[in-house]
Amino acid sequence: MSTTATPPAPPKKVNRIGLEIATYKGSKSTLCAGCGHNAISERIIEAFYEMGVEPHRVAKLSGIGCSSKSPAYFLGTSHGFNAVHGRMPSIATGTMLANRTLFAIGVSGDGDTASIGIGQFVHLMRRNLPVIYIIEDNGVYGLTKGQFSATADIGSKLKTGVINDLPPIDTCALAIQLGATYVARSFSGDKRQLLALLEGAVAHRGTSMLDVISPCVTFNDHEGSTKSYSYVKDHDEPLADISFVPFFQDIAVDYEPGTATEITLHDGSRMILKKLGEDYDPTKKVEALRVLTEAHDKGEVVTGLFFVDTKRESFLDQLNVVDEPLATLPESRVRPPKQVLDEVMAELQ
Amino acid sequence: MATTHIAARESEAPVEPQRVVNDLSIQVATVNGSGSQTANTVLLRAIFQMGIPVSGKNLFPSNIAGLPTWFTIRASKQGYIARRKEIDFLVAMNPETADEDVRDLRPGSAVVYDERLNLNRLRHDLTFYPVPFDKLVAPVCPDAKLRKLVRNMIYDGVLAKLLGIEMEEVHKALQKQFRKKAKAAELNWNAAQAGYEFAEKNLPKADPFHLTRMDATRGKIIIDGNAAAALGALFAGVTVVTWYPITPSSSLCETLIDLMKRYRIDPETKKATFAIVQAEDELAAIGMVLGAGWAGARAMTSTSGPGISLMSEFVGLGYYAEIPAVIFDIQRVGPSTGLPTRTAQGDVLSTAFLSHGDTKHPMLFPCSVEECYSMAIEAFDLAEGLQTPVFVMSDLDLGMNNWMADPFPYPGKPMARGKVLSKEDLERLGHFERYRDADGDGVGYRTLPGTDHPAAGYFTRGSGHDERAHYTERPTDYVSNMDRLAHKFETARHRVPSPVIREAAGHEVGIIAYGTSHWAIVESLDQLQQEHDIDASYCRVRAFPFSDEVKDFIRRHRRVYVVDQNRDAQMCQLLRLDVEPEEVKKLRSVLHYNGLPLDARSVTDAIVTQEEVK
Repeated sequence: MSTTATPPAPPKKVNRIGLEIATYKGSKSTLCAGCGHNAISERIIEAFYEMGVEPHRVAKLSGIGCSSKSPAYFLGTSHGFNAVHGRMPSIATGTMLANRTLFAIGVSGDGDTASIGIGQFVHLMRRNLPVIYIIEDNGVYGLTKGQFSATADIGSKLKTGVINDLPPIDTCALAIQLGATYVARSFSGDKRQLLALLEGAVAHRGTSMLDVISPCVTFNDHEGSTKSYSYVKDHDEPLADISFVPFFQDIAVDYEPGTATEITLHDGSRMILKKLGEDYDPTKKVEALRVLTEAHDKGEVVTGLFFVDTKRESFLDQLNVVDEPLATLPESRVRPPKQVLDEVMAELQ
Repeated sequence: MATTHIAARESEAPVEPQRVVNDLSIQVATVNGSGSQTANTVLLRAIFQMGIPVSGKNLFPSNIAGLPTWFTIRASKQGYIARRKEIDFLVAMNPETADEDVRDLRPGSAVVYDERLNLNRLRHDLTFYPVPFDKLVAPVCPDAKLRKLVRNMIYDGVLAKLLGIEMEEVHKALQKQFRKKAKAAELNWNAAQAGYEFAEKNLPKADPFHLTRMDATRGKIIIDGNAAAALGALFAGVTVVTWYPITPSSSLCETLIDLMKRYRIDPETKKATFAIVQAEDELAAIGMVLGAGWAGARAMTSTSGPGISLMSEFVGLGYYAEIPAVIFDIQRVGPSTGLPTRTAQGDVLSTAFLSHGDTKHPMLFPCSVEECYSMAIEAFDLAEGLQTPVFVMSDLDLGMNNWMADPFPYPGKPMARGKVLSKEDLERLGHFERYRDADGDGVGYRTLPGTDHPAAGYFTRGSGHDERAHYTERPTDYVSNMDRLAHKFETARHRVPSPVIREAAGHEVGIIAYGTSHWAIVESLDQLQQEHDIDASYCRVRAFPFSDEVKDFIRRHRRVYVVDQNRDAQMCQLLRLDVEPEEVKKLRSVLHYNGLPLDARSVTDAIVTQEEVK
């Protein structure tokens, strides 16, 4: 038996801040094999890795449900907070008020967002807080074994044969109307599009709302469901072919004039949307709402970046909060001196 | 035990007009929204400026305009500032309630009234002072639109003349009230003078009540409890405030907004060292507080009973995930909307165990505006020290009424931020376990998001977790975590403010009270002693969990009366859970729950009645 010298290991691939992709992974998923949510977690890992975000600056937040378990499965060294059902937006808001230097990523589900959490969802969208809000949307409650959620389409059928007879809430249309500044829909099975949209969301400093259709293999992947892998694959109508160019890569992208729209995001990164069908301007709210309404009527699942607004001030800027984290301001900056108390007391005498 | 009722009159015999000096209560009955607040505040301030101890209570309806409202002012040379049931001097401005207001008076009382109401037809045992308000206001206020607002100032002038309030002090109080609005101050001053002159010419003094200058308020301030709590939060270094409007708590956050804008803008960058958000509801308000507390900010919200109910689920998460939060509960009468503008101590029991599963929370009970201020500061230190939600249990009487107080002291110790590990700490330690009881006090160490160390991150969850914050459903892990939380609550017992005890010699009778009941108790103790020869000890509970001193107090006394401003003896029930079985039978209840601030006479009567059964 001879021993052979092992060749030197090839240098490990690292991102722009010198971290390996393993650093961005989380613990092993306990969701069902084949669950769309796992694919989304993988794209989140890639997006934060590619963008070179320091994991300690990320706060992972969620509500309750299958979707809300998933923050444990990515960015394992970041702080995470699995809150109560439908209330992730308020936790995210408090977190960002306390420390505006963080990247907040909130993961919710269709039940967590569109039913119990609709109130907080609506108000989060209004405020344009810098947060990435992902809905892992499968149209059913998984943890309680397969009841319809409020994003289920009319006529969609449960495994038990129950037909949904109420219209769905379109979370993208809602978010656009309410003031979110980066609104997209994607499909957990479309790796390329989802990654580009996530990277764009990391670059955007406002509320990014991504509704990701994420089939539930256990309770909603059958014939008659409109959130199954096969249904979404057959009815997916991408608005544009999306490329993302991060700010730290100086890449020129060639395209014929009039065939693409380029959007520069807050950190200098660019989204390039190559036209697939009709002209589409993602800076117009009315356009977005028209496309979404027509898609519903046609039974199509339109995906892509529907709306982006890089001009609107974020909630934290509106509040005029200091640049440093409020959480750790020293006592000298948050407890006024004795003269202030004396002044107030004198006025009350 | 009965609620307090206006005592039935026993005789209609004429009362000897004996001079009563610096010991009376005035009630002003007006219509909500008629601008009487200025006139009432000026009256209160003028008496205060004359050095006479004074208190004011606004009894108002849940309404913007049109329903009856009463303002009572009590001047007391002994320094009693609890509400007094009996009214000596009525100012009847509201036709809707005037008849009933007059019928309720004791013989010998005096009534200043709008002459059109013809109240003198109702009783023959009162002194009546009719005033033609409309006739008097017209010449001093040519603008008819403003007359409604200025009209009330006339009774200030009339009362000044009849009771001996110095007009110079009325003028000073007006200046203070209107600071920069010279025109409004002048209009009101003219009205007050018109009242004074009318009374001088037309209303010969026929009642026994007099106010004369004393020196018992020098250096004192006047402030309401909500403003005092807001000041406390300012000096506690609060950075995140989220709230949802609800009576009677709204003015706490509104005052805080003013204070923060004034004193917490960074002089260099002109940016705010705070964030205040009006949330969409109380569920979001507490969620934001917990998010901010988790990320390391000093965060608070303020609400009342209905809001506390809505916060219930999140507070359980805060308890179990161990996140600091400060929640002010300005209690009002419930259940549900109940009487939203009336006072109560109705949330004691529900807040103590707020949420589902095994939960319990520290509560502080301020009795005064000073304690609203100091306990606000203390609550943040406790919340961060114990890593748990802490409640400050004020009430409408304390929060929304004006109280005299000594000027507040500047915080005597630096902010205590609790066990937070920095990057440097982690470098030194190499690891940390979020929920390990490293110091034996039940409180683990935490890290904040944003801490630049690979070991800093941990996962916070409401589901089962072990010492390292990992998910677990293992029975032994759950039990040991819950036992540590129980142990942490025992730590809280020794950290919360201890009771204030006034010991009587005999140890026969003890009284336990908390919050605003205090002011009725101190007066009742004197009544018990002077009128009934009962020498009672008094233990003012200032926090839950109860310090050992509270249990010792019960042990030392034969009969202990627990005074609660609620129907179900909530504090008494909490005590029953905590004391030894043989002590339970000593506990008796004095209950008051009609929405009005507690008065001493009700307490005295209740104790004397129960003392007949030894």
